[in-house]
Parts: sequence; structure tokens; C-alpha cells
Amino acid sequence: MPPAYRVSHLAALEAESIFVMREVVAELERPVLLFSGGKDSIVMLRLAEKAFAPARIPFPVMHVDTGHNFPEVLTYRDRRVAELGLHLVVASVPEALESGLVVEPSDGTRNRIQTPVLLDAVEKYRFDALFGGARRDEEKARAKERVFSFRDEFGQWDPKNQRPELWSLYNGRHHSGESIRVFPLSNWTELDVWHYIAQERLDLPSIYYAHERTVISRDGMLYAVNEFIAPRGAEQPFTAKVRYRTVGDASCTAAVESAADTVEKVIDEVAATRITERGATRGDDRVSEAAMEDRKREGYF
Amino acid sequence: MSAPTIAASEQRAMDLLRFATAGSVDDGKSTLIGRLLYDTKSLFTDQLAAVEAVSAARGDEYTNLALLTDGLRAEREQGITIDVAYRYFATPRRKFIIADTPGHIQYTRNMVTGASTADLALILVDARKGLVEQSRRHAFLCSLLRVPHLVLCVNKMDLVDWSQEVFDQIADEFTAFAAKLEAPDLSVIPISALKGDNIASRSEKMPWYEGPSLLHHLEHVHIASDRNLVDVRFPVQFVIRPQSTTVTDYRGYAGQVASGVLKPGDEVMVLPSGLTSRIAAIDTADGPVAEAFPPMSVTVRLEDEIDISRGDLICRPNNAPAVAQNIEAMICWLDESKPLRVGGKYALKHTTRSVRAVVRDLHYRLDVNSLHRDEEAGELKLNEIGRLKLRTTAPLLADEYRRNRTTGGFILIDETTNRTVAAGMIVEAN
Repeated sequence: MPPAYRVSHLAALEAESIFVMREVVAELERPVLLFSGGKDSIVMLRLAEKAFAPARIPFPVMHVDTGHNFPEVLTYRDRRVAELGLHLVVASVPEALESGLVVEPSDGTRNRIQTPVLLDAVEKYRFDALFGGARRDEEKARAKERVFSFRDEFGQWDPKNQRPELWSLYNGRHHSGESIRVFPLSNWTELDVWHYIAQERLDLPSIYYAHERTVISRDGMLYAVNEFIAPRGAEQPFTAKVRYRTVGDASCTAAVESAADTVEKVIDEVAATRITERGATRGDDRVSEAAMEDRKREGYF
Repeated sequence: MSAPTIAASEQRAMDLLRFATAGSVDDGKSTLIGRLLYDTKSLFTDQLAAVEAVSAARGDEYTNLALLTDGLRAEREQGITIDVAYRYFATPRRKFIIADTPGHIQYTRNMVTGASTADLALILVDARKGLVEQSRRHAFLCSLLRVPHLVLCVNKMDLVDWSQEVFDQIADEFTAFAAKLEAPDLSVIPISALKGDNIASRSEKMPWYEGPSLLHHLEHVHIASDRNLVDVRFPVQFVIRPQSTTVTDYRGYAGQVASGVLKPGDEVMVLPSGLTSRIAAIDTADGPVAEAFPPMSVTVRLEDEIDISRGDLICRPNNAPAVAQNIEAMICWLDESKPLRVGGKYALKHTTRSVRAVVRDLHYRLDVNSLHRDEEAGELKLNEIGRLKLRTTAPLLADEYRRNRTTGGFILIDETTNRTVAAGMIVEAN
């Protein structure tokens, strides 16, 4: 066997993701890619570029905007969308609050009310396939989800009633009003994503790299003090060198202490870490044992 | 002893191995997976802490590592594994994807799903119990799905005093059974998942065993030649025709190489039309490549303008798949709501081609425990396996499944519910 016929794991993952994206565009009518400006959606967008080159990406992107954003991420989003000549759909939580579609939860976090806003946009634009950047290594409910994940007309996931997924034969058939969530990065790990970012020299929002920030320590996590998070009670703000491992709603996404200011250093840090990225950074996953499954059932990603 | 952490520079040379795990209840499968993750530093402290807390709250006597993989609420509540869970770990040599298939509920459906993409299957037995009905069933399903490598792990060797005699007896019995199945490459390894013997490193308790540890075997098993590099099969997924002022007259056929090696200049035939041309170029977003082979996703351009669309297949003129509407296949029925019936019509998806199919005949239903063929069977229910004849509305460009897992496999879809109801493996196409 000549070594030339070897394929690295990263090349194999890339080929699989590209295959998945092409299947969606060939078989479904109105796909959209969920683009938050987070690292996974940035990798997904790069894969979409590759899947259809030299043509343009043949679908729009959508951002579910909670109104609680990191400014660096919004700037990045708009720049990337302009570079690729994409159409951006913004599903706005602040607008939905104003129209009465959703009500602000008493704790101020908007993670859960994103779902009706997302589903409303899906209905309005009649999207039948939604690309999401979720990975199976992230969380135990996600570990059981299909690459093509069927949603009923209410956008709900039924974990006990999933379609068997064999070989690379994906079943995207659905009735009007139903949709398919598609996860091209299902088999990627956090480390794979970072290796790919390095390989492709992908530019990321600056908050993914170590920087100094005023933070407070809450529930064992470091939260940036900003317009969404103020010190409570005995919490003392202090300056720390941090970076973000995930980028979600700015009111419930925590930073980690880090000196990793380059992609190589981040890779070494991720390779050595002993805590999962969601465990380290997401207040929203700590609600219960099955917090993610419950949100997914309602239509969350 | 555990595998070292992978530094930034090392990881890019790794290849990928997908394996499925199967075992009966209490064979220690979850413990084994937990051990592999732990020994390769792929188990995270917050995951472990969460599992420990739940275990303690439920009054388990030991940390129940099954909770790591049982992610769904119903699974935790009922203490059973319902669905295939995917797990990931890596060593400096390889990245591994585990399809962890439950041993009891819906075993066939889940096992078939997990095995369909696996390079290797790992079957666990309890050394005290030896081979049980399920071990044979799992081995049979692996052979049906043509998983190229099979590993039997004889677990709980600590509970049989690390006895070579016990191990040899199980190994001999399994090897004899596997021979009947045309089983592929087979290895048998004595382990203790709980104590970590023969998992990441060779056990000192079993000096009589001269083979590799499980992890060493997983890292070194030769999978490169499992790929079919002989038969060129390129199912066209999508035609790329940019509507752009900068790129004009571009027409490329996008797809993933199912088998064989494609090179610019090669003479090719397009099916089902049978028209021939030459490969002008093989494009990727990173530039043209000199060859394409599985599992690369590429875009092929031809020298001549031929009408090609999704579902067509590019091959070589002297080595083509059958263009067939009469299909003989083994079927595993996956749907609980309705059985398969003779005369039933279904949507059929094969490579990138979707057609309709009618079941002409059910030759027999196979008892997966005894391998007995029931020729009187009139239907196939959930988790049942049989051999049947299908007639399709349009030809499939098909190979025997034993020769090519991509151009030999298909699924049936219920046209009313849109559910995936069967997995099919082509035995003969004409």
C-alpha cells in the first residue's frame, strides 16, 4: 500500500462533512446554516465554501441573536458574511420580546427563549434544513443524535423515535412543515475543530484567544463583568488572563483562565484539559442532568 | 499505564478507525469503554464527577460508568441503553470513533446501524459465562454487515483466576463458530476491563497470553487495505455550475469516491447512459489533485460535455457495476410500526440515487441464533432478517455488498411516514 493512499483523520472528517452538506443541498429545498460567529459555525462555513467551490455557498446563514452579544463576535459575523457574499437572516430575540412572542425569564438568561424565536424564523422563511455546528462529543444527549435529525412540525426532537442512520445513506424526507436539523460536525471533537482552524488558518473572533478581562468568579466559573453580568453580593471583580472556549449568549457563557494567545497554544491547552468545554463554560447546562435533552426536545439545537 | 497526551504538532498524521462495540447485559461493556476513555485521557473530570454524583445519589455500590454513555432521560430512569451512542478518543497514532450499541433493547437495529460504518467490531463476553446466544448473534450481524475486523474480548478474567484454560475454551469455540460465518480477520483478547488488564498495556497476570493489549491492537490493526482501491465507483452527488461572471463554463461533478483511484486522463464511463469520456481534472477547493481515492470528496470534470446528473455513477469502461432493476438482497427490518410484506412498495435510496421498489418475493427469514432459514415466512417484523427479491422503477448501479459496502448497501423508506424501515445488502443485481 503506497503511503499516498493514506488519509489523515482530519481529511476524512472533512470529506464526510462535505458529503453531508452536498446531500442536503441536493435533496432538500430550503437549507440555511446557523452562524453564530462561534468557532464551530466558522468551521462549518469553511466546509460549505469547500463543498461548493468554485460556486458560491448556495444557501443563506441565520443568526439567532439573543441581544446578549460579545461585540467582537458580531463584528466578525458581519465581516465574514460580507466576504463570502452571503445573505444573513437575523432571528432577533429582542424583537420577539417586543412583539410578545416570548417573555423575558426572571433570571435574565435568554438561552431557553431562543427556541421559539428560531422556530418562528424557520416557519417564516420556510426553511426545511438547518445546518448546526453541534458535535456529539459536546454533551451526552448530543452523543445520541443523528447527523440528519428529524423535527416534527413543532420543531421537536423525539430521541426515542429517531430514524436509523446506516452507511452514508441519509434520509432527509419530510412532510411540509417538518424539517431536518443537520450536523455536519457530528464526529468532530473540540480538538479536531482546533486542528482544522490551524490547518485552514481560519481567523476567529479575538475572544477565543487569551486576553485580560475584568471577571467575577461565580459557581466555579469566570464571568466577564459587562452590561449583562454585574457582581452580586460578595463577588469581587478582578483582572485575569482568560479566553473563551465556547461563545454563546454573553449572559451565561463563562471564560476560562488561559495564557493561550495563539492557535498552537490553544491546541496544546485543549489537548491537556481535563474538563469538557460545556462543563467549563456553560451555566445553561448545569440546570439538571438532562438540561440539554429537554431543550432539544423543545426545538433547541 | 496510559497513553500520552497528543501534542499540537503530532496529531495531523493520525488516521481514523471506527469501531462498534457489542455485548450482553453485564458483560462490562460500559466499564471497558470507560476504561479506554480513561486510559487515553479522554474522560473529563466534570463528566466523571457528574457520573459519581448520580451513582452516589442512586445508591450504586460503585461508580456506574454506564451513566457516561446513557445520555437520555429515559435511559437513566430505566437503567437501560436505548440508542447507539458515539464516543471519541485518540492516541498519537489514531483517532477512534466508537459506536456503542446496546446489548438488549433493539439490539439488531442498533447493532446493524453501528456496524454499517465500522472498520472493526468488538464483541464482549463474560469469561465466567462463555459464549451466549447474543455473542453468536453479534458475530453474525458483524459478518452480515461485512465489518472487516472482529475482536472478541473475553472480559472479567480476574474472576476466573486469569485462567488460560477458560480463555482457550472460549476462544476455540468462538473461532469455530466464526469460521462458519466467513468471518473476517479475527482476534481474541483476554481482558479485565475493571482492573485494566490487557487494555492499554499487556497484563502481568496472564503471561501465557502472547498477543497485544486491546489498545495496541486497535492502534495497529491494518485497515488501509480494507478500502477497495480497484473498482472505480464515483456516485455523482451534485453538479456544480457556478452562476458567476468570474467563473464561466465550469461544470463539475461533485461526490465522494466510493472505491478505486481516479486520475486525470483516465478513460471513464458514465452510468446508466454508458457514454464514455476522459477525466479532464479533479478539483478540490484547495486546488486540483493528481488522484482521488476513498474517502475523498472531490469534484470531477470530464473532457466531453455529457448530460450527467445526481444519481449517475462514474466508473471505468472495463470495470462497471451492474445496471440492474432486479435486486436480490439480505434485508434487516428496522421498523416497529409495520412489517415488511411481499408486494409492499417503498422508496429506496442507494448511493446518491433514489428510486421506488416493490418486494417481489421473500425467500426466507433467517433465525439469527440458529441460522435456520424459514422459507414459509410471509413477512419480516422489527429486527428480523431475511432474503428477498426487489424490482426497482429505475436501474440501480450496484455491486454485491460483499465486494463494495457503498455501492452494495441501500435503505428502504416508508413513503407515507418517511421513516427508514430497512437496511439492505445486495447479494445479486441484474
